[in-house]
Amino acid sequence: MHNATHKAGAALLSVEGLTVRLPRLGDRPYAVRDLSFTLDKGEILCIVGESGSGKSICANAIMGLLPGYLTPESGRILYQGTDLLQQSEETLQGLRGRKLGMIFQEPMSALNPIMTVGEQIAEVMAVHNDRPGKARQARTLELLELVGLPEPGKLQHAYPFRLSGGQRQRVMIAMALALEPDILIADEPTTALDVTTQAQILALIKQIQLVMRMGVMFITHDFGVVADIADRVAVMEKGILVEQGPAAEVLNRPSHAYTRRLIDAVPHRRSAAAAEAGSKRGGETPVLDVRQLTKSYSVPDGLFRKRHVVAVQDVSFTVQRGRTLGIVGESGSGKSTIGKCLLKLVGIDSGQILFNGSDIAQMSQAEFRPMRKNVQMVFQDPFASLNPRHTVGRIVMDGQLANGVARGKAEHRTRELLRLVELHVGAFDRYPGEFSGGQRQRIGIARALALDPQLLVADELLSALDASVQAQVLQLLMKLQAQLQIAMVFITHDLRVAANICHHIAVMHRGRIVEEGTPEQVFTAPRHEYTRKLIAATPGQSWEPPRLALAA
Amino acid sequence: MKPFLRQFVAHRGAVVGLVLLLVVILVAAFASVWFAQSPWTMVGQPLLKPFESGEFPLGTDMLGRDIGAGLAYGARVSLLIGVTSTLVAVCLGVLIGAVAGYKGGAIDDLLMRFTEFFQTIPQFAMALVLVAIFTPSIYSIVGAITIVSWPPVARLVRSEFLSLKQREFVQAAVVIGQRPMRIVFTQILPNAMSPIIVTASLMTATAILTESSLSFLGLGDRNLMSWGYMIGAARTMLREAAWMSLMPGLAILVTVLAINLIGEGLNDALNPQLRKRGD
Repeated sequence: MHNATHKAGAALLSVEGLTVRLPRLGDRPYAVRDLSFTLDKGEILCIVGESGSGKSICANAIMGLLPGYLTPESGRILYQGTDLLQQSEETLQGLRGRKLGMIFQEPMSALNPIMTVGEQIAEVMAVHNDRPGKARQARTLELLELVGLPEPGKLQHAYPFRLSGGQRQRVMIAMALALEPDILIADEPTTALDVTTQAQILALIKQIQLVMRMGVMFITHDFGVVADIADRVAVMEKGILVEQGPAAEVLNRPSHAYTRRLIDAVPHRRSAAAAEAGSKRGGETPVLDVRQLTKSYSVPDGLFRKRHVVAVQDVSFTVQRGRTLGIVGESGSGKSTIGKCLLKLVGIDSGQILFNGSDIAQMSQAEFRPMRKNVQMVFQDPFASLNPRHTVGRIVMDGQLANGVARGKAEHRTRELLRLVELHVGAFDRYPGEFSGGQRQRIGIARALALDPQLLVADELLSALDASVQAQVLQLLMKLQAQLQIAMVFITHDLRVAANICHHIAVMHRGRIVEEGTPEQVFTAPRHEYTRKLIAATPGQSWEPPRLALAA
Repeated sequence: MKPFLRQFVAHRGAVVGLVLLLVVILVAAFASVWFAQSPWTMVGQPLLKPFESGEFPLGTDMLGRDIGAGLAYGARVSLLIGVTSTLVAVCLGVLIGAVAGYKGGAIDDLLMRFTEFFQTIPQFAMALVLVAIFTPSIYSIVGAITIVSWPPVARLVRSEFLSLKQREFVQAAVVIGQRPMRIVFTQILPNAMSPIIVTASLMTATAILTESSLSFLGLGDRNLMSWGYMIGAARTMLREAAWMSLMPGLAILVTVLAINLIGEGLNDALNPQLRKRGD
């Protein structure tokens, strides 16, 4: 296919028929199978796929960084005419860093914590004997400047833990660029970052790529990111490249069923839920009425002192029956703390949490326990929120038993709930380990619904799931809420998702609600500067996903 | 449970240990069937070398007591004391560690200082003093070994609880309205069991050694034949009749080794991080 669109030999990098076998007992025989694509000078190729699609294996194969139990079975990886798979380890070491640069997903773990930032950048040059002496020092400063870090002179002596996630990723980029490689491979470089930081990093990569005329292979799962930076797109499913082509083509006229499914899972800006948001229920007392909630943590500062960090300050909101309030904010904005306060998992400093008119903040744990069944939560991490040693049936049933429901009745209800969240009834006797992330999140929802709550708090319940699974879980949650008329607090970092399902949105920044309103208001006429920044940073601004009929 | 068994069986040392321990248990169980006479009675000529007489294949000591009988009855004492003191120590350690880890705060501080108090005194010296004060008997020995061996369990359980109680499934249990006691016993403890079982198996071996050392020093139960006592009694004749110390010494070695091998096998089979090793 690549020969049709590009002249053979002209490509900077070309992967031809790459096949990597998985060890036996894997869920499929090949990690990647018969993979062919090319990367040209000065273009950004996005490789898109869900977790387990083989996109990282493909990147590591190019870098020669595959673990020992994975060896390419057939195919070639041609870099300027030489097959990288045939080269000795020494040759590859010479190429890595010098000709092929790579940025990793986790800026937290990819930097050495006991070396200063400057030393780490200089080390890249040192291993390739590049620019000895003074020049290396100068180049380090130049690189820090290039990736937009403030005060390079000072910052080069800082240790990684002093830097924020975005700054660390910038340092990683500086390291990858130190020797001006021809090819930059970026493996989900922005996934661990906040939206506003992500936008900055994407802009930086794009800008540097333009200046240095590199070929960039950018691995991501986010179609918004693809829309922002890709020249060409390759879509991978279960180790097979199912579709590739120019970005505009793939994004707006996807031909493969899998691509259509992925694109269909991208949240649309406007939706049915948002449209009817304007119709406010008048007169009804809110299920939840939070007034001037303030919560601070004391963290150790030095050996003996303690420092107070205010996580939530003077936050007030209400939620009515059958309505969804979206609390949107970046990491550290205090949004998760609010969720914990609502469930009395942490104490609060001051303020009131009125649930159906009575202040639960004042109650002791024992007083609140009988009321707990009314306020339930779906947790963020489906892998940590289910006890691995209990069967699914027991996990869902435990809450009813704790609240005095007879066992037989609880069991019956549990089977009913498993059906309701669209899980197989056979799930009852199985353990959480046998289920995928999306299925586990359904179990978490069933557990929360088992007690017929009046208020449901969902804390980032999508963040650990793949895009297509996200859409399914979200749909299920919406359907159930409409059926059961539960009031919901939906905590998320993703403005797109919030706009999609919430009737009302509160934007949080540094512990305060800086703006609230209907999704319509927040999106079209943001009043606060931070909201404007957040909206501008959302990837895929210019692209409205096409509404595809999922016939195929 | 199946992957656990497969992993355990794949550990060759663990299987060897299990077989050895089974042999020791069988010998202890059938001691009175094979040796009708009490191990204290003089049954033959003194100082018979092993295999010298067909009647006493392991030889006799300086008073003409059958060493084979001594070993068999001694196995009972060693296993009894090892298992009982470990069980009691684990229960005590789990209780204190669980309360400290789950409650946290001032209670945690108090319980941990209390635990450290016991840890600062050398274990064997304390056991020695306790047995000497309460006069040697099987109860005082079990008690002394328990008292010196619970602190590490308490610390282990506390640290497991500290990390487990932060996990989302424990918070979920709070949210659905389970009571603290129920959360501790049905949610947290089962997830902390693996390291506790491994520690307990190794503690049993240590307890057997401690009992032997106490008996060697003459602080064993006077009514019960024990391996440590046999070595202690034989030490004056080490040059003339080395087998008298060698036989019970080998018995201790084999038993403790077997239990340690099992402990290591359990550790590999129960520890999910290690389970991936070598795959």
